[in-house]
Amino acid sequence: MRKLLLGTALSLITLSAASADVVTVVTSFPQDLTGPFKAAFEEAYPEHQLEVVNRNTNAAVAFLQETQGSNTTDIFWASAPDAFEVLKSQNLLAKVDIAAEGIPDSIGSYPINDPDGFYYGFAASGYGIMYNTRYVDANELPIAQEWEDLMGAEYNGHVAMSSPSRSGTTHLTVETLLQGDGWEDGWAKWKWISGNMNTVTERSFGVPDAVNSGSAGFGIVIDFFGLASKASGFPVELVYPSVTAIVPANIGIVENAPSPAGAKDFVEFVLSPQGQEVLLNPAIMRLPVNPEAYANAPEGFPNPFDEDFAPGAIIFDVDKSGARYNLVNSLFDVMITYRLDELRQAVSAVQRAEAAHADSSNEEAHALIAEARALIEALPITEEQSLDPAYADVFQVARKSADTEVVGRQAEVEQEWDSFTVDNYRRARELAEQAASL
Amino acid sequence: MSATNSASSRALRFTLFPRLSGAAVVGILIAILLMAFLVLPVAQVIYVAFLDARSGTLTLQNFQDFFNTTLFQQSFINSFYVSAMSVVVATIIALPLAYITTRFNFAGTALIQSLGFIPLIMPPFVGAVAMSLLFGRNGTVNLLLNQYFGFRIPFMEGLNGVILVQSIHYFPFILINLSAALRNIDRSMEEAAQNLGASGLRLFRRIVFPLAMPGYLAGAALVFIKVFDDLGTPLLLNVNTMLAPQAYLRITGVGINDPMGYVISFILVAFSVFSLWASFLFMRGKDYATTQKGGGGLSKRQLSRREKILAYLVIFLILALVLSPHFGLVLLAFGTIWSFSPLPDGFTLQHFQTVFTESTQYIYNTLLYAGSAAVLDVLIGSAIAYIVIRTGLPGRKWLDYMATAALAVPGVVLGIGYLRMFHGIQLPFGMGPMASWWGIIIIALMIRRLPYALRSCMAALQQLSLALEEAAENLGASKSRTIRRIVVPLMAGGILAGFVTSFATAAVELSATIMLVSRASEAPLAYGIYLYMQSPAGRGAGAALGILAVVIVALGTYLSHRIIERERDRTVIPASGQ
Repeated sequence: MRKLLLGTALSLITLSAASADVVTVVTSFPQDLTGPFKAAFEEAYPEHQLEVVNRNTNAAVAFLQETQGSNTTDIFWASAPDAFEVLKSQNLLAKVDIAAEGIPDSIGSYPINDPDGFYYGFAASGYGIMYNTRYVDANELPIAQEWEDLMGAEYNGHVAMSSPSRSGTTHLTVETLLQGDGWEDGWAKWKWISGNMNTVTERSFGVPDAVNSGSAGFGIVIDFFGLASKASGFPVELVYPSVTAIVPANIGIVENAPSPAGAKDFVEFVLSPQGQEVLLNPAIMRLPVNPEAYANAPEGFPNPFDEDFAPGAIIFDVDKSGARYNLVNSLFDVMITYRLDELRQAVSAVQRAEAAHADSSNEEAHALIAEARALIEALPITEEQSLDPAYADVFQVARKSADTEVVGRQAEVEQEWDSFTVDNYRRARELAEQAASL
Repeated sequence: MSATNSASSRALRFTLFPRLSGAAVVGILIAILLMAFLVLPVAQVIYVAFLDARSGTLTLQNFQDFFNTTLFQQSFINSFYVSAMSVVVATIIALPLAYITTRFNFAGTALIQSLGFIPLIMPPFVGAVAMSLLFGRNGTVNLLLNQYFGFRIPFMEGLNGVILVQSIHYFPFILINLSAALRNIDRSMEEAAQNLGASGLRLFRRIVFPLAMPGYLAGAALVFIKVFDDLGTPLLLNVNTMLAPQAYLRITGVGINDPMGYVISFILVAFSVFSLWASFLFMRGKDYATTQKGGGGLSKRQLSRREKILAYLVIFLILALVLSPHFGLVLLAFGTIWSFSPLPDGFTLQHFQTVFTESTQYIYNTLLYAGSAAVLDVLIGSAIAYIVIRTGLPGRKWLDYMATAALAVPGVVLGIGYLRMFHGIQLPFGMGPMASWWGIIIIALMIRRLPYALRSCMAALQQLSLALEEAAENLGASKSRTIRRIVVPLMAGGILAGFVTSFATAAVELSATIMLVSRASEAPLAYGIYLYMQSPAGRGAGAALGILAVVIVALGTYLSHRIIERERDRTVIPASGQ
C-alpha cells in the first residue's frame, strides 16, 4: 500500500514536470529507429519533446480507433500502408500540408505518398530473401536468388515467411507476385513455395528471428530485417529477387491531434534531408525516399532509385490490390496458413514422386503427377471473382452500406474454400503416392 | 485500493444497513468490481459475436457458422486433446516433485519447490527464442544428435510440441497446489491407515492422494483451462489449428472485422466455466476437511541412503527438463551471437550493461504493478472463497464463475474493452484519461491473474474443517475475529501459493498491458522485452531483461517458501510436545 502511495506521488511529480510541448508518437518501429530520430529532432527543434509509445501495428490501430473520442496521440508512424488506409477510411488521419522538397512521386512503381495527402512515405523498403550462411553451408543448399528458386524440392522444410494477414508488407509481396505472374500462376508459385515452408509465422519479426537463430534457412522478409540482422553480427545475407515490391514506410498526423504544430514539425523533419540521413544509421538500414540522401550512403547500400535495382519490378496496381485486400489475406490463410500440414504433405508427396520418376518414361506416373500438381494448384475462385464486389465485400469492414449484394458470410465462404482445398490436397497426395509406387 | 475501500465501507454500511451481513456487502462489492472491470468491458467487445455482420441486428447465425466450419471443429478437438494431454504430462512431472518434497525429510525442499516454480515465468518472446534455440529443429539438442547419431527428435513440432511446452510451462500450477494440499493433510488419517495395515503405494493411492484431491484438482483445472485458452505457446510453435490462436488471429487482423473471432472468444469463456463446473460436480458430496491443523501435515519420513540417491536423481532429471528453457535464456542473455550452433559464439556482459543503463524503470514498475495486483488478488480471492464455501448467499457461485472466466478472456480483448470503456473517463488532478493511467495496468493484471489466486484460496479453504470456526465462535469470537485469527492463518499456505502464482505470472504479462501502456516510463518489464525484441540487436538485451524478471520472481518465491517453512517449524514444535 505504501508502495502504491509512493508510486502515485512519483507519477504526479513526473507528470507536472513534463509540461513542455510534447509530441506523442504511436509507432511500431523499434527503439533502434525511434531513438536516433528522437535525439536528432529534439536537437533541431529544442521547443518540442518527443514521446514515443511502442505498439505493434495491430495494437496501435486498435488503440487509435478506441481512443478516437478523446485523442491523445499526435502521430502514427509505421510500415504497413494498409494500416494507414484503414485509419484514413475511418477519418482518423488529418490532412496536413507538409513542406518537403526533393522527394519524387513514386519509387519503382509504388506511389510514395498517399495521393489524398493523409500520410507520407518517409523510407522505402524492398522485399528480399534472407538466408543464414551457416545453415546453408551445413545443409549444402544452393542460394536462392529468385522467388521461383524457393519452389524447388531441395528447399523442402527450409523456408519461413509470415502470413499476409499478419503483416502488411508480406501482403504486398504476395500481391506483387499475383499481379506479376497472374492470379493462377502467382498462387501456384505461393503454394509450391509454402509447401517447402517449415513455418508461417504470426509476427513479421518471427521470420528474421527464425533465420537468425538458424531454425529456418531462408526467410521471405522485408529488407531492413535482413540488413539490420547482418549489421548486428548474425551470419545472414539478403538478396533482392528481380521481382520485388518496393514499399514506403509511412508517417501520418492523427486527426484532432493535441499538439498539431509539433506534429507538423516532426513530419517535416523526418522528410528533410537531415532527417532522411538518420535512416542510414547501421541499426536502422532503411532506404531514404530522398534520392539525394544516397550521396552519403555507405558502400554497397542498395539504392532503389538506381536503374539496376530490381529490373523486373512490375507496375503495381494499387486499386486492384485495394479491391481484394482482405480477400487475398483470407484466401492465403485458408489455403496455406491454416492448412500448412496438409499442403506440405501433398507437396512432399509430389516432390518424392517426381524424384522417383525423374528419369523414367512411365507415362502413367507422369500423368498422375501432373494431375496431383493441378489439384494442388487449383483455386476456389477466379481472378474475376476476386475483383467482384459481391465476393470482395464479404471480407470488408462490416456494416457500412448494404448496396452490394454479397454472396454469403465470411465464415460460410471460408468453409467452402476450406473443404475444396483440403479435399484437393488429400487427393493430390494420394495420386502422388500412387505415382511414386509405380 | 478497492480492498481498503471494501473494508471501510463494510464497517460503514454495517451500521447503515444492519440487515446485510458483512459477507454479503463484501460479496456485492466484489460483484460490482468484477462487473465493472471484467464483464462489462469484455461484453462491450464480445457482443459482436451476436450481431449480423452486415445488418447489425442480433442473431445466432455466427454460432451456427462456427459449428458448421470444419476448421473450427478440428480446432476444438485439437484444443481439447492438447489440454487433456497436458494435464496428464504435467501431473507426471509435478507428482514426484510434490510428493518427495512434502513427504520425506529432504534437504533443500524450499529450493526445489522454488526451482520447480520457475517454469511458470516464461518471459514473452525471449522464452520462445530460447526454447527453439535449445529444442528446435536446429537447436542445441538436435544439432548434437544429428551430428553424432544422424537423427533429430521433433520436440517442438505439431500438437505434441504444444503438449510438451505447455506441460513444462504450466505444471507448477499442479505442483504448488498439490504441495500445499499435501502439507494440510491430517497426520492422524495417515496413522490410522497405517495402523490398519496400509503402506506404500496403497497408502498413497487410497488415503494420501484422495485427501489432497482439492489441491490437485485446483491445479489440474487451472492447467486444463489455461492450456485450452492459451495462445502464446501455439503461436510460438506456429500451430494455428487450435481455438485460442484462431480467435486471436481473427480479432487482431488489421481492418478485418470477422465476427468469428468473438464467437470463439465467447466459446472459450463458456467452455472454461463449464470445465470449472464439471470439476465442482466431481467434488460435490465429498468432504475433504480435516480438523487437526498445525500438526505439520503428513509425517515426514527419513529416507535410506539408496532411496535418497534415487529421489535426488528423479528430482534432478525432472528439474533439468523443466528448467532447460531458462538455461537457454541464460545462454541467450550472456551470449554474443547464437545462430545454428549448439552454444553461443562467445560470452559477454554487454546485454546486462545495456539493460541496467537503459531499463531500470521497468523493474520498479513491474514490482509495483505485479505486487499490487497479486495483493489485491489474494484479498479478493480469499473473500470469494469464503463467500462461496462458507456462506449461503444466493448466486455466490457466480462470483467464482465470473472471476474464473477471466482465464479465458484473451488479454487483447480485455485491453480493447478497457480502452472502449475507460478512455472517455477523465481522472482528477490532470492525470488524463483513465485508460492511460498506470493504475489501469494494475487493475488489468489483477483481473487477469485473479483466477490463479482464487483457485489456491478455494483449495485451502476446502481442506479446513468448519468445526474449527465453530469452536472459535463458541468460545465467543466474533465472525470477523474468527476469520482473522482462525481462517486466514490456517489458509496461509494456500493464500501464499496464490500470491506467488499471481505475482509471478503478472510479472511477465504482455497482451493486455501492451494495449494500456501509455508511456515508456510507466511500462513494465514485459513491455521492455517486447521493445528490445523488435530488432535483431535487442535479442540479448531482451533475454537479459527476461533473466531479471525470473530472478526477481524466483527470489520472491524462495522467500515465501522460507516463510512457510518457518511458520511450520514454529507451530510444529509445541504440537509434537503434547
